[in-house]
Amino acid sequence: MIQPWLLADEPASFWFPEQASTFASEVDWFFHAILWICIVFFVLIVAGMVYFVWKFRQRPGYQGSPEALHNNALEITWTVIPTLIAVWIFVRGVYGYLDMMSPPTETYDIEVKATQWNWSFKYPNGALSNDLHVPINKPVKLIMRSEDVIHSLFIPAFRCKTDIVPGRLNIMWFQAIKEGSFDLYCTEYCGTKHSVMQALTVVQSQEQFDAWLAEASKPPEDPIEWGKWLYERQGCKGCHSIDGSLVVGPSFKGSFGTSMEMSNGEKVTMDEQYIRNSILNPQTQARVNFAAKINQMNSYAGKLKEEEISALTAFIKSLK
Amino acid sequence: MSAVVTPGSVQTAEHSQSHRPDPNYLTHTKGFLSWALTLDHKRIGLMYLVGILTSFLLGGILALLLRAELFFPGEQMFSNDGYNQLFTLHGAVMVFLFIIPSVPAALGNFLVPVMLGAKDVAFPRLNLSSFYLWLAGTAFFLVALFSTGLDTGWTFYTPYSTLTQGPVVAATMGVFILGFSSIFTGLNFIVTINTMRPPGMTWFRMPLFLWATYSTSIIQVLATPVLGITVLLLAAERVLKIGIFDPAYNGDPVAFQHFFWFYSHPAVYIMILPAMGIISELMSVHSHKAIFGYRMIAFSSVAIALFGFLVWGHHMFTSGMAEVTTIIFSALTFTVSIPSAIKVFNWLFTMYQGTVSLVTPMCYALAFLFLFTIGGLTGLFLGSLSTDRHLHDTYFVVAHFHYVMMGGTLIAFLGGLFHWWPKMIGKMYNELGGQISALVVFIGFNLTFLPQFVMGSRGMPRRYAQYDKEFEFLHQMSTVGAFVLGMGLFIAAGVLLSSLFRGRKAPANPWGGDTLEWHCESPPPFYNFLRPPVVKDPYDYSRLVYDNRVGGYVERPEDRASGSHK
Repeated sequence: MIQPWLLADEPASFWFPEQASTFASEVDWFFHAILWICIVFFVLIVAGMVYFVWKFRQRPGYQGSPEALHNNALEITWTVIPTLIAVWIFVRGVYGYLDMMSPPTETYDIEVKATQWNWSFKYPNGALSNDLHVPINKPVKLIMRSEDVIHSLFIPAFRCKTDIVPGRLNIMWFQAIKEGSFDLYCTEYCGTKHSVMQALTVVQSQEQFDAWLAEASKPPEDPIEWGKWLYERQGCKGCHSIDGSLVVGPSFKGSFGTSMEMSNGEKVTMDEQYIRNSILNPQTQARVNFAAKINQMNSYAGKLKEEEISALTAFIKSLK
Repeated sequence: MSAVVTPGSVQTAEHSQSHRPDPNYLTHTKGFLSWALTLDHKRIGLMYLVGILTSFLLGGILALLLRAELFFPGEQMFSNDGYNQLFTLHGAVMVFLFIIPSVPAALGNFLVPVMLGAKDVAFPRLNLSSFYLWLAGTAFFLVALFSTGLDTGWTFYTPYSTLTQGPVVAATMGVFILGFSSIFTGLNFIVTINTMRPPGMTWFRMPLFLWATYSTSIIQVLATPVLGITVLLLAAERVLKIGIFDPAYNGDPVAFQHFFWFYSHPAVYIMILPAMGIISELMSVHSHKAIFGYRMIAFSSVAIALFGFLVWGHHMFTSGMAEVTTIIFSALTFTVSIPSAIKVFNWLFTMYQGTVSLVTPMCYALAFLFLFTIGGLTGLFLGSLSTDRHLHDTYFVVAHFHYVMMGGTLIAFLGGLFHWWPKMIGKMYNELGGQISALVVFIGFNLTFLPQFVMGSRGMPRRYAQYDKEFEFLHQMSTVGAFVLGMGLFIAAGVLLSSLFRGRKAPANPWGGDTLEWHCESPPPFYNFLRPPVVKDPYDYSRLVYDNRVGGYVERPEDRASGSHK
């Protein structure tokens, strides 16, 4: 498993990662425009401050005047000019924003499922992936839903971000203009593993994308490999490790066939029936020490077919 | 005319009752109950000061811990859960226990009646109960701190906060109680300022600190109840599973955000308006010049208070709201920026043709101008819809709000503390030490937060316990800055605390201010003024001159009026 902090979008300019979508040039240009406006005002204010402190400092032989000053022309100017600038910034911001909120009529649609703490991307042909592969120079629309809490999908190189709110579908579109791998972050705090809920956005040429998609649509034939494939894509990986370490739920390593103590005091052997029940009705049983954590696991009833459950069972069995 | 201490002006720190016919408010009664049950607004203010500074220390330690954890990209001293609790408590302690009460409760309670020449606030008992409500709310928060797991972020977004295991109910009940402390304080000040102004003090002859306090109090009274209801609904949701915010029961998570930010955005104006009031006083007194454009500053305070209620949606631009909604919120957000900009220009021009004295409070006031300008300008990037789409929920936002809340409110609070310390405590502090504290705080602050703007635009999300390696250098700069900042704050604390033991006795008017608090002794007697003072223009410095024997300012002999209590 790749340590998340080794994935890197090296900044392409001082302020920004690469410009990898059609949105980036407007956002970057506009950001710099606002930046220059800010710099001008900041320099005026700070230089004014330094100058006045120096020129009017208290010193022997100098006497300032205590009367109140006001200057109508100056005050009107410094009200009107900032107002005009603010209006311009507002309008220009709306211009870029409307582009971001208006997907073209023809888009390649990908469904996104965000869960604690896993991304799952589902393609039109049913293929599932943990990383977001997209073809270059084509408008892509993401239809995003969450199974639990609010998440937010952010691709810095694309300059786009939208929250993923449980109970509704949120839409985001973009068009990638550069091949490569770019960071995809969750950027709405969602609990323990919020900071490592990361994926890659992989932009490929149409041919490479089509090839990838064909591969991705085929789950492995070997049941154990298929189980592992599902383990990675259906959200199990987010909470259950396969190396013995404790993530949120118990590790699967070496657990098949063992006798486990449950939170109600019973002793139960982990067998096929136990696994199937844990997947379809997780809340009905919990191992000791996991009685509270089990509340975080949603049922997979209706989401996993029987063959898939068998494959997962085969995979778990194989983890000695 | 300098503030140099000459041998003749040094007086011993102690004073016994036999030399002073009027004991001051600190000494005239003794014993725990005389403080615990006091109705004296000055004692209440002082108790608040101790309380909120202790909260600030706690929040600051949490900040240093989390910045230390972020020095390297992976997990260091804290697990992800531990880090999540750290940032939650840092935010909650700083926002609810420290910043919102800070200026109104610790400085305002002391100053408002004195600036009005009054003996106390309109409702002294309500004032004391505000303090006890603050203590009770704090107790609930500390319960949340020492039990395990509050990790929702200070914003308590649903459905995470309805589902998570931590002590959300205890913490939100703490918030509910603290809300009443805030409401009662605001109510008290509104009535006091409306009804207890002395003859001659029309609205436009009030010190600007009172205009700021009044505007703040309006927000406190109108907005805080919304927060109260919101946290009650959240607690009810957790306990009763009703389905207001939780989609599992057909609730709407974004409704929580609307409720929450409807208070929390005006809350940031509760934080900054009193600070702006302090800066108006500091810039004027330490330039020995009446404020430039008094009326515009007064009107802009009220404008900010009112417009501040209209912009809460700018915290939610990416949540999925309709475009019409976000566009309207963006437009309204820009309207609030204009009154703030006007204030900055007015403060700047107050120095023009004044006599600028770079004492410690002025150093903090100038630091405020620098830092608040950056904070305000960076708000432009966030108020505008296309750039916000990239910057929302990144470190750019973290840097922006620390610049306005900390570089703004905290710096102004410190400036006010140094400015009114002689009046409240009766001691002068080491001036060089104070100036050094301002410099170290200024440097540390910028080193901490400037790199965060760059991190944010490069894509570093907020609330991350671990991060990608490319952000490491910027995080390290920020952590080093945080410790420098902490050091500066400890220097400031040291300067003030050592003045308690070694400071020379403060004269009535060390700085040459003309608002009424400078017309009574330092510290004031418990009744403030024997006779109501004569009210003139609060910014008329022409009548004051420095007197070396006293070590402070006095009225020119030819102007000496009968109402001042010397």
